[in-house]
Amino acid sequence: MTTPSIAEAQLPPSSARKDRRDWRGWIFVGPFLVVFAFAFLAPVAYALYLSVFRTRLVGGTSFVGLDNYIGVLSDGQFWEGFLHVALFLVVQVPIMLILALIAALAIDSARLYASGFFRIVLFLPYAVPAVVAVLMWGFMYGDNFGLVSNLNDLIGAKVITPFARDWILASIGNIVTWQFVGYNMLIFYSALRTIPGELYEAAELDGAGSFRVIRSIKLPALRGAIVIATIFSIIGSFQLFNEPNILKPLAPNVITTFFTPNMYAYNLSFAGQQYNYSAAVAIVMGVITAVIAYVVQLRGSRKEEL
Amino acid sequence: MATTAPARRKAHNPRNPRKSVALTVMLSIFALYSVIPLFWLVVNASKTQAGLFSSFGLWFDGDFALFQNIAETFTYRDGIFVRWFANTLLYVVVGAGGATLLATLAGYGLAKYRFPGRRAVFAVVLGAIAIPGTALAVPTFLLFSQLGLTNTPWAIIIPSLISPFGLYLIWVYTIDAVPTEILEAARMDGASELRTFFTISIKLLSPGIVTVLLFTVVATWNNYFLPLIMLSDPTWYPLTVGLNQWNAQATGVAAQPIYNLVLAGSLITVIPIVLAFLVLQRYWQSGLSAGSVKQ
Repeated sequence: MTTPSIAEAQLPPSSARKDRRDWRGWIFVGPFLVVFAFAFLAPVAYALYLSVFRTRLVGGTSFVGLDNYIGVLSDGQFWEGFLHVALFLVVQVPIMLILALIAALAIDSARLYASGFFRIVLFLPYAVPAVVAVLMWGFMYGDNFGLVSNLNDLIGAKVITPFARDWILASIGNIVTWQFVGYNMLIFYSALRTIPGELYEAAELDGAGSFRVIRSIKLPALRGAIVIATIFSIIGSFQLFNEPNILKPLAPNVITTFFTPNMYAYNLSFAGQQYNYSAAVAIVMGVITAVIAYVVQLRGSRKEEL
Repeated sequence: MATTAPARRKAHNPRNPRKSVALTVMLSIFALYSVIPLFWLVVNASKTQAGLFSSFGLWFDGDFALFQNIAETFTYRDGIFVRWFANTLLYVVVGAGGATLLATLAGYGLAKYRFPGRRAVFAVVLGAIAIPGTALAVPTFLLFSQLGLTNTPWAIIIPSLISPFGLYLIWVYTIDAVPTEILEAARMDGASELRTFFTISIKLLSPGIVTVLLFTVVATWNNYFLPLIMLSDPTWYPLTVGLNQWNAQATGVAAQPIYNLVLAGSLITVIPIVLAFLVLQRYWQSGLSAGSVKQ
């Protein structure tokens, strides 16, 4: 991601009135910041406030300091949910990003028939609402009139069981991959399009083959895009909610109310009325996500300097 | 467009390489994976409730009931689906439209003006990109319920108005697309800053703006978590929450499965957004490549 210092360098050279403070920019930034403060900063502040209190049936609300956080960090249900999303992150994200990378390289290679067609078709699932995507895949996974039941009939036994305990994360992973592989492909493809043509000409003069060009020119040029796509995917994995929540009625015994940390926070608030504890869960997850995203960004940019 | 992406390479490779059949076949399998669920949706949205259970999943049933299903979707329960559709449009027009306007103004302001507090604004907004809407949803709900905003359209619209990623994209786009000399010239002519923005800069920024608009439209059209927790009154539901409620009534006590309507409703929900992407692809693709120049 670009840092403010780069933008600084690209600002117009300041004129003679350098020292006079120029407030005109606030006309443009002000409206955004007002809404941002109300819809973004205020909820964060309110969650922080809530998380240090506890409400009991007897005795009312009292200040408990960090007790809720200590509770979350020693809460088996929280860590079970965390384990699910961590596993999901480690398996699904690399698969999705590698598929997206292969597709982007193929479409950019100029060796494909109808590459424009592939670009748009692969991207289409991104436009499908998550609810519809999950309902669709849920039906297809299902026993009633799904494709899986057609397949099982064909085999003659119940071989494929997407809702079984061992397979549910893979089933969810497939839905998420389907939705986002094209989006990531487009991020990579857009970055590939910005490589100057002279680099390819030089590589050709040097007699470099396709794979050599990919390794020495394309992959280095993609580093920034890969870091960004990885960060977005990490955030998406840790916040997993829609897919398991909509699939829950289909696999009620496998998908628990604490299947992911986000589902846990949601159910604590809306089924359990434990708002204070729920706020602490949301904050702990937010901090973990931000720290990991930050580390990925640091590692990504450090490689760039080498 | 004269002002699309900055300096992109024209020809891909100096010599056009031979097309590869193997590569095309590989990508075709990929494309099938992307398209089969959508094809499945079209096929099954055209079946009756009984036909869904009696016919093969990937092909049409004997009686083609698509239009019947669509008509029934719009009239079921006094046309609640029409209401949900209108709600969704409201959230998209005000939420995504407002988000695009705010992000465009702010991204432009950050790119073209050096004002006190600019660095702080940058730090806060770039930090915000790392925090997704869903992490904020529960705290936002708690705050909004204190303020009496839950169960009103504002509960959906206000959080939708913020798009840190949109701001980032416009900021990057502005640096290349709006030359400072033009702004200086307009100032010489005595135009105010806002006037300059709305008459000159906004035209230069249009591919970037369309890109941000499309992505915020997708985000609000597809929004599920936020309306799910903010709304308990079905009359304010958007399509996504409504459809899932219809699906849920197939299980439990007094189950009333209406899978055919869920499927037809899903198809109706998907079509506008897919069309928007196809029609506007020229714009958002150039906007995206410009955005990635700076990454």
